Amino acid sequence: MRQHRKFLVGGVIIALALGYLVYAGVTQSAVYFVTPGELRAAPVAGKAYRLGGMVVPGTLKWEPQTLALAFSLSDGKATVLVRHRGTPPDLFGEGRGAVVEGRWNRDGYFEASLILAKHSEEYKAPHDPSQAGHKELLKTLKGPQP
Amino acid sequence: MTPEIGAGAVVVALVLAVYGSAAAAAGALTGRPNLVVSAQHAALGVFVLVTGALLLLVHAFLTFDFSIRYVATNTNLGTPFYYRITAVWGALEGSIVLWAWMLALYTLIVVLRHRQDSRELYPWALAVMLGVLAFFLLVMTVPAPVFQRLSPVPPDGRGLNPLLEDTGMITHPVCLYLGFTGFTVPFAFAVAALATGRVGDTWIALTRRWTLIAWYFLSLGLLIGGWWSYHVLGWGGYWAWDPVENAAFMPWLTGTAFLHSVMIQERRRMLKLWNITLVVLTFSLTLFGTFLTRSGVIASVHAFTQGSIGAFFLGILALVVLVSLGLIAWRWDDLRAEGALDSVVSRESAFLLNNVFLVAAAFTVFFGTVFPLLSEAVRGEKVSVGAPFFNLVNLPLFLALIFLMGVGPLIAWRRASLANLKRNFVAPVLLGIITAGVFRLVGTASALTVLTMALTMFTAAAVAVDFVRAVRTRLRTGEGLLGAAGGLLVRHNRRYGGFAVHLGVLVIALGVMGSHAWSVQTEATLKRGEATELAGYKVRFDGLAAREESNHFKVVGTFTVSDGKPDFAVLRPSKKFYPQEQSPIAGVDYRLGLKEDVYLVLGDFARDGSHATIKLQINRLVSWIWIGGLIITLGTILAILPERRRPA
Repeated sequence: MRQHRKFLVGGVIIALALGYLVYAGVTQSAVYFVTPGELRAAPVAGKAYRLGGMVVPGTLKWEPQTLALAFSLSDGKATVLVRHRGTPPDLFGEGRGAVVEGRWNRDGYFEASLILAKHSEEYKAPHDPSQAGHKELLKTLKGPQP
Repeated sequence: MTPEIGAGAVVVALVLAVYGSAAAAAGALTGRPNLVVSAQHAALGVFVLVTGALLLLVHAFLTFDFSIRYVATNTNLGTPFYYRITAVWGALEGSIVLWAWMLALYTLIVVLRHRQDSRELYPWALAVMLGVLAFFLLVMTVPAPVFQRLSPVPPDGRGLNPLLEDTGMITHPVCLYLGFTGFTVPFAFAVAALATGRVGDTWIALTRRWTLIAWYFLSLGLLIGGWWSYHVLGWGGYWAWDPVENAAFMPWLTGTAFLHSVMIQERRRMLKLWNITLVVLTFSLTLFGTFLTRSGVIASVHAFTQGSIGAFFLGILALVVLVSLGLIAWRWDDLRAEGALDSVVSRESAFLLNNVFLVAAAFTVFFGTVFPLLSEAVRGEKVSVGAPFFNLVNLPLFLALIFLMGVGPLIAWRRASLANLKRNFVAPVLLGIITAGVFRLVGTASALTVLTMALTMFTAAAVAVDFVRAVRTRLRTGEGLLGAAGGLLVRHNRRYGGFAVHLGVLVIALGVMGSHAWSVQTEATLKRGEATELAGYKVRFDGLAAREESNHFKVVGTFTVSDGKPDFAVLRPSKKFYPQEQSPIAGVDYRLGLKEDVYLVLGDFARDGSHATIKLQINRLVSWIWIGGLIITLGTILAILPERRRPA
């Protein structure tokens, strides 16, 4: 029976360690989902947020040389200024939904470490006028290139 | 007519599967073999019908039959030939068809292989297999009908999701589903064991190879998924702890635990209850994974969400769990262990610990995945835990598992003596310590990296020590070196196949550690002719060009990479514009190497081609992950071969 007790003690120790790991993991990596309205109401600097909203048309600024990206996210009630360093993702654009992950900066903006563009499921006709844009791109790129 | 014929075949198959399941169960209960034979005919009929439905669907894709809604949504006239075939399982409805077809195939193989060798268990197993198959046919009929007519028939279809236009998508879902469906077989035999009360090791011996095959395909599916993520998605990673990945990883963890714990039952007649529980858990997790990713309860990057299908999967999941628990309670007394644990320092104990850690890992992955749901239900807050949670929690568990991988196969059964420990582990422990010392002295590694390297070295050495010793023993009998090594592999193929799989896992662990610890990346905007430098590599932007492909339009950048010597590589990352997509898709280019990969993504670019923004990554040791997959493949093949060991 002494063996039995050893296994029991071992099991309890493993369970406690696992419980602690999970607890530590949750407290260290919890990310709170908020809307711009909720964030504006009670911003906590340094806390990890995931902020979802629409990129307000006319606010998107992207400087390729410095990789500085700035835009405003809105949920219709409030807007939040978001700053990020890096290339905007493929599905990202003005008037589209986006989710950003990062922290609230004391200077009054949201510092995003990650930008996720939201994919809209809406159907798009295979041959629509925006194709014309591609044709033009084809020409401008073909011009001076080797 | 095609949609009607296809839908009709599915309904007839459903009726046949329900009949077959009932007939097999009735045959098992009454002991009338003609009922079981009738069920076998039903299984054959179901296989023929589902094969027909699948071929019909493939044909519809190849001939652009846009009168079927599913075809029109997932292909268009520009979709290349191969991807028209893979588009068959590119979305929800078709993936269920593939799933059902594989299950029908497995059922047929079970009939062919086992109708003679297990008269008691086999009828019940057949009943369960056909029952599960009936469920998938029901899903194909009600919530996810693939043969739905679209009218008016459009002139062109919408097109396949461009991310799925990749060779990885040919094999990834096929492997994953072969793994998922494969676990139905051991589950079916476990239920049969409970139903008949023959919970000894017959069902385990019968399903050993099945479990290995299912485990192997699931592993391969996960690895190919990682490869796809790495070379298509353009974020430079292979694993994101996305709910869909977690959904496939959980049954892999419990399946791996099961693969090990059955050895204890075979050898010591212990853990009967645990083995049954593990196989039920693994099978349930394959269903749960499908529920999770197909019901839309959890947002995921690559989940295709769809109405009522979640309810169906939740229903079958509840049924499976309740029936299994009921059967286990009924057979409680038969499930008691015949052997007992003798010592904490023993092989049983190492295997038990391996199981505890694997199941704990599965639990934490489960917890992290459903955490947003839990937190919203309990505290009303939407909170999620991401990759940092999974990495932090799983790291110690996986390190412990690597250690046990070295200990388990070598430590003595029942009670390990000091002599046994010394004989097997002195050299590996020393090697581990030396490795740690070397890495510490070189000074480029964190404490964690040093620990991982030391543990990996320990385990690799333990395996090597065992093999070398066995070869030596054979050499003494006068065999040649090659003959001795070869003979050992052939005669003890199960043991050394397992060891080879362990080595493959170690190699993967090295790749994962290396890519986490030593990868570097940078983002930069370059003018034409300008270059950026990272980790000794110089990347120069030479220009942009545009091209039209059959179903998309492509902007390609040309970048010359040099590593000191000229002409290391020219990389051509691209952006692909698909007419049916709102935004371009990045096409990654890379140069793979054993030490490191140069990985280049084209971000933004000027419309006149004067400058381009790139993301450059030097990813260390990633190739070893794929090499590990190859080693696992060889090991599994070795372990699956019939055992040639002469009876001792």
